[in-house]
Amino acid sequence: MSTLNDIAQFKQVSPMSGILRMERMPHIWCPGCGIGSEVNSFAEAIRRSGIDQDKLTVISGIGCTGRVAGYSNFDSIHTTHGRAIPVATGMHLANPKLKVVVFSGEGDLSGIGGNHLIHAARRNMDMVVICNNNFTYGMTGGQVTPTTPGGAIASTTPYGNYEYPFSLPFLADAAGATYVARWTSVHARNVTQAIEEALARKGFSFIEIISPCTTLYLRRNRLGDGVDWLQYFQENTVIKHGCDTRETAIDYQGKIVIGKFVDKQKPTYLESVDKRYVQVVGDDYQLYGKTVPEREAEEKAEQERIAARRAAALAEPEAGA
Amino acid sequence: MFFNNLKPLHGNVYVNETWCKGCGFCVQFCPTNVLDISPGYNAKGYHPPYAKTPERCHNCLYCQMICPEFAIFVKGDDECVKGETNQ
Ligand SMILES: Cc1ncc(C[n+]2csc(CCOP(=O)(O)OP(=O)(O)O)c2C)c(N)n1
Ligand code: SF4
Ligand code: SF4
Ligand code: SF4
Ligand SMILES: [Mg+2]
Repeated sequence: MSTLNDIAQFKQVSPMSGILRMERMPHIWCPGCGIGSEVNSFAEAIRRSGIDQDKLTVISGIGCTGRVAGYSNFDSIHTTHGRAIPVATGMHLANPKLKVVVFSGEGDLSGIGGNHLIHAARRNMDMVVICNNNFTYGMTGGQVTPTTPGGAIASTTPYGNYEYPFSLPFLADAAGATYVARWTSVHARNVTQAIEEALARKGFSFIEIISPCTTLYLRRNRLGDGVDWLQYFQENTVIKHGCDTRETAIDYQGKIVIGKFVDKQKPTYLESVDKRYVQVVGDDYQLYGKTVPEREAEEKAEQERIAARRAAALAEPEAGA
Repeated sequence: MFFNNLKPLHGNVYVNETWCKGCGFCVQFCPTNVLDISPGYNAKGYHPPYAKTPERCHNCLYCQMICPEFAIFVKGDDECVKGETNQ
């Protein structure tokens, strides 16, 4: 064991160098906040996936979770509140060779940005959405969000929440998402695996990660600190892969169903565009200046490069080991 | 404990005390209880962790994965090879 308090040296040898903008550390998140743990999983998933990091784009909305875009050392955009998915959609359609990842909070994605979420899922738009669900609008002082469990105290529901909450996996599934999973921030390896799977597939992938907001949700509800809540996750989660998403509702301090609920193939938005226009225009149809077979050949070549990089990454010891 | 006579791996933990916010995740969730909270403070007034029983670290990397501050990482001993057995 060593302490490594020489910050310049720590920044260099840390496995997060290259992944995070180290010059911006330490970050603004509170002690015991779960967002940082998720970022570790995100980093490891990127490393293992073999995707070209120059073609990765991270897009966030506003909120504590929205800070992820600013801290990650990839091309990234910190968009306006709720608009991460439309910006991601635009990025993807302008340049489909980019791997587009949205990393934002549940208030941002399912509250003000809820309409964008359902329509991107409906279109099976090719992107990965990572949603940090901390049951509150963290950055603005702990108001009630669309996922705050019934009875929980928020700054806007001081006597307990009386609204019906969303179950985000059910919402994403019903809207048409082709990959839907839920984990908690203590399930670091499962989160890593889920993000890795989502990065490797095509279509709309939605990963909900339930995590502690120590300063607002936990303190206001007198639920202890971050460690207490990670222990609550360990003791009160039930893994049910393939579970009907109608059965994933969360009650205040009740059992939480986690796992991979949906993983299916369906043509993506751009594949559907191609299919329709080949029918209408014929084989001469071009998009981005290329015919469908030309683009398919390019994509196959990229998949081979990804597979080679992934094999090399997996042959190396895990990050830091 | 270790299948097929597998040699246990060993890791070395590195802590950046300056960035640590004392959440206790690494201490609480290390499967072999390597870490403990140190009595000393860092400049922000938090108690960073220290390796109380460093020989028990099996390089599982969980503390590194769960640390929300990116303040801890683990490096495996060079002489420990994954999958090596005692024979
Ligand atoms: C158009 C607009 N409305 C409201 C706000 C205020 N605002 C900033 S962050 C935020 C809530 C973010 O909550 P969530 O997405 O759950 O992220 P968290 O902070 O919990 O990670 C709100 C309402 C804003 N910045 N812009
Ligand atoms: S307010 Fe809540 S969500 Fe925001 S950084 Fe603090 S603990 Fe995390
Ligand atoms: S790598 Fe694993 S065993 Fe070693 S200190 Fe971290 S959590 Fe404990
Ligand atoms: S997990 Fe990180 S921030 Fe939390 S006590 Fe350990 S070293 Fe400090
Ligand atoms: Mg939130």
